[in-house]
Order: sequence, then C-alpha cells, then structure tokens
Amino acid sequence: MAIPKVFGIETEYGVHAVSSGEMSPTAASSLLINAYVARLERRVGWDFEDESPGRDARGFAREGSMPPEIETHLVNAVLTNGARYYVDHAHPEYSTPECSDPMQLVLHDRAGELILARSMEAARHLLPPGEEIIVYKNNSDGKGNSYGCHENYLVDRAAPFAQIVERMTPHFVTRQVYTGAGKVGQENSDTSPPAHFQLSQRADFFEEEVGLETTLKRPIINTRDEPHADPQKYRRLHVIVGDANLAEVATFLKVGTTAIVLGMIEDDFDAGRDLSLAHPVAAIRAVSLDPDLRTLVELANGERLTAVELQWELFSMARKYAEDRGLAALGDEEVGNMVLDRWERVLTGLETDPSTLSSELDWVAKRRLVEGYRDRHGLEWGDHRLAALDLQYHDVRPAKSLFNRLHMERLVDPGQVEEAVTEPPATTRAYFRGRCLSLFAPAIVAANWDSVVFDVGRDPLRRVPMMEPLRGTAKHVDTLLEGCESPAELVERLGS
Amino acid sequence: MAEREQKRRTAPSRETTTTEEEEAAASTERGEKLKAEIDDLLDEIDEVLEDNAEEFVRNYVQKGGQ
Repeated sequence: MAIPKVFGIETEYGVHAVSSGEMSPTAASSLLINAYVARLERRVGWDFEDESPGRDARGFAREGSMPPEIETHLVNAVLTNGARYYVDHAHPEYSTPECSDPMQLVLHDRAGELILARSMEAARHLLPPGEEIIVYKNNSDGKGNSYGCHENYLVDRAAPFAQIVERMTPHFVTRQVYTGAGKVGQENSDTSPPAHFQLSQRADFFEEEVGLETTLKRPIINTRDEPHADPQKYRRLHVIVGDANLAEVATFLKVGTTAIVLGMIEDDFDAGRDLSLAHPVAAIRAVSLDPDLRTLVELANGERLTAVELQWELFSMARKYAEDRGLAALGDEEVGNMVLDRWERVLTGLETDPSTLSSELDWVAKRRLVEGYRDRHGLEWGDHRLAALDLQYHDVRPAKSLFNRLHMERLVDPGQVEEAVTEPPATTRAYFRGRCLSLFAPAIVAANWDSVVFDVGRDPLRRVPMMEPLRGTAKHVDTLLEGCESPAELVERLGS
Repeated sequence: MAEREQKRRTAPSRETTTTEEEEAAASTERGEKLKAEIDDLLDEIDEVLEDNAEEFVRNYVQKGGQ
C-alpha cells in the first residue's frame, strides 16, 4: 500500500526594499523576519544537526560540491504553527509545517502569505517614513533570476527511484497547464517569434532531467535525498519544478495530483501505458511557451500528444487507481476525491475553453488581466506596463495585490487561515513541535523537522527525536502535554 | 507522426443535453459577462497600479535562489 503522504511547501519570496540607503536583499529579508518574530513573545532557533542537502537519492553523497545551502548566522525561526521562517540565500523563505492532506496544505500555504504580509507591516514600523520592504510570491524577476517554490512529499523508501524519475517526469512537464502562475515574456532563451505570455514562471530555468542542483542547471527531478525522517523507511521527494501559486485551486491540484501519481508508483499500479517523454527538458519549455495549449510533446515511443491529453491519460489512470485501491494515502478519502473531481473539471475546461477557469487558475487569471489591459490601452507586448501587471499580481500586500482584486475561488475559510498562523496541523509531528513551542519555549534550545532540543536546567541538553512524521499528533500527545507541568516533566515522561 | 487519439473520457454532461444554439448563446453570454467583469476590474486596478511602471519593473532585481 502507498504510505500516507506527508506534505510541505517551501516558498522563497521575492523581496524588494524601498529605501533611501543601500539595503541588501539579505539584510531586507532579515529585517522583515526579525520584525515579525520580535512581535512574538517567544523565539526559538533552528537546529542544523541533521541537515544534509548534499545527499543524493541516486545513492551517493557529494559533500563539498554544493554551495553552502544554509548560512547559520542568518535569521532562522520556528513558529508555534510548526513552520520554519528564515532567510535563505537572499530571500525570505517560509516552510509550511508538515501537513497530512492537500487541503490542509493549502491552508498552511495561505497562512504563510498572511505571515509575510504581517512581516511587511511590522517592518514598516521599524523603518523611516516612506520606506518599506515589499515581498512578492512569484518565482522570477523577469531578468533571468529565479527563486523557488518547492514541494515535499514523504515517499516509501521501497519505491525504486528510477520509477519515480520515469513516471513523475511526464506529470511535472505537463501539470503546468493548471499549476502555472503565468508569465509575461520569456527568459534565458529566445524563440522566434518571441513568447509574449507563457504558462509558467519557472519553466525557462530548467536545463536537466535529473540532478542534485537547485540553483544552477536545475533538473526536472531533484535528487536531494534528505528525508528528515527515518531514512530506512522513507525518502522525501523534493520537487523544485513548480511555480508559487496564489490561486488556492492551483495549489490544491498541484500537490493533490502529484501525491496521487506518487501513490501509483509506490503501489506499482500498472500504468497501462508508458508516458515517458522523448525530450523532457525541451517539452517543459515548449508546453509553457504555448498558452493556447496546442503544442505536441513526443513520447519515447514516438507518439505525440498535447499536455492536456497527457494529463487526461494520467487522470484516467488515477481514477482507476482510486477505484481499485482508494485514496486513503492522501490523508482523507474525501479530499482525495475532491482532487479527482477538480482535476477532471479543470482538464475539461482547459480542453473546451480555458477562459472559463479564470477564477481557478493563476495563469488564466493573469492572462485575462494582462490581455484585457493591453487591449484597452492598445499596448505593444514589450510595454513595461504589462510586465508591471505581472509583477504586481504577486504583491503580497493585500491592498496592492492584483490577485486579491480578482476575487478568485477560495477553498479554505479565512478564519481557519488566521488560526493556522499560530496553530499547527493536529495530524502530523508539527503538532508536537508547535505545541512545545507554545507551552515551553524558554526551555527549547532549538528545533528542526525531526527533533526538538530541550534545556531543562541539567546537562546535557535533551533531544526529543521525531523520526516518524505521523507521530506526535494531537491524538498522540495532547494528553501527555496537558499532564505536564514543566518541560523537565515532559522530557522525563518521554524518556529522552 | 503517430496517429493521435482523442482521449476525452469525460465529456461534460451539459454538452449532451444542450443544442448547439443554446451552447453558442451561453458562450456569447458568458463572454459578455467576462468582458464586463474585466472592464470593471481594469477600472479598479488603474487606481492601485504602481505609478511608474518602467522604474518599478527595472528596480525589481532578485538574486537567484533555489
């Protein structure tokens, strides 16, 4: 059986300082995050003990060959909702807590946006009048620089990595038809005629099929093998190929469909048909560059079909899989069925008239906005105003965000999003991490994905390991936490 | 080129119950409604758009990330 999926999304936000002096993006990101965490009473740092981003899923380590992934002197906080909020490279980055179903993940991804918006507000109070730090939830500056929105999925270690590569690649190349956040123009390459509008923010930046890199020669399948969980049982698929979405439907489909395809691989569910692509890297770009969705991609067997047709193939396999095996691995059968229903509905819309999806998908909404504006003002495609619209679509400030003005479909309740700013998901180990921070922050020295380190006043420090992402839930630890008067008692009872 | 199969496994049910004329009328109506919506939206966003688009776009430069 496919293992229950545990999900997370890490988003690097674009950052821009409006300042009279020089402020580096790193300084701006630090100020932003510090301003937010300073407003919180408790502050706990990240623990780097178990980080090993250089480990490769193909079975080798390349220590020393990677640029340092994490600079420990930079701001790095753990929040009471179980999230990690930090400066990575020159961007503020928000990693959601681990979630157990795609809808819960949509909720926590949205909570991240709220936290960034509040950080901007907090930073504004620290800066001189007229100065501010602005963040954008996008993946490109339009000048050839890209930053990521990564998804993470817990995967059974027993699933052969070669199968993951073979069967995920066609999905990653074609899912952009609903996950793309839309982009005015093109970067890093020229086609003739030039592309005015494309599906994806990110597709221009992919150069390899498989690899460990995340910043250079980006691969469609990233091989970072760092499960943050029991490595004998699990791997974590680190997906770097996606766009940051504002549309909740797009986020929901992005993670929901990907989790189903992974489940089929784990269960070795007979695909019926080999959808391996002849030229994945060329295909990912070509699909993105054609918002009319007519481009044909070539399969390894020589057949040619559109991205939407390939998605129909995956969808019908997924439906058969659901009938045969169920979708319990998505955390919740009902949510799994919602993914299937929405997947079908969106493919039908894409096939008949994509404009009917303008309240569901980012690229469709953005295209309508940009083309409407262009028509109204009679602008050329190269006009700066169109690039400005693209950028401002992603502005996270509620009053400035063009996405906000489009009143797109919401899947999660704003009250729940508000709650998710401080409360962890109840169904994963993020619950234990987050609740410990709420209750015992002064005694917590550090925390990371798979442990919490306590200083209970006696040497040595006590590390509580959390190698099982689905242990430490409300069901497991609520009674324990309620019965503990002090962190020392908690550590004692856990036997750490 | 290999033969292309049409793979529509799930024709939306309304297509089977409406005539082509009804479909066309619905499509026109939908198109007009969308146009009215986008017009309202464009009026509204003119007020929030960044003043100097060229400078705004030029100044947005990021360091590459992950």
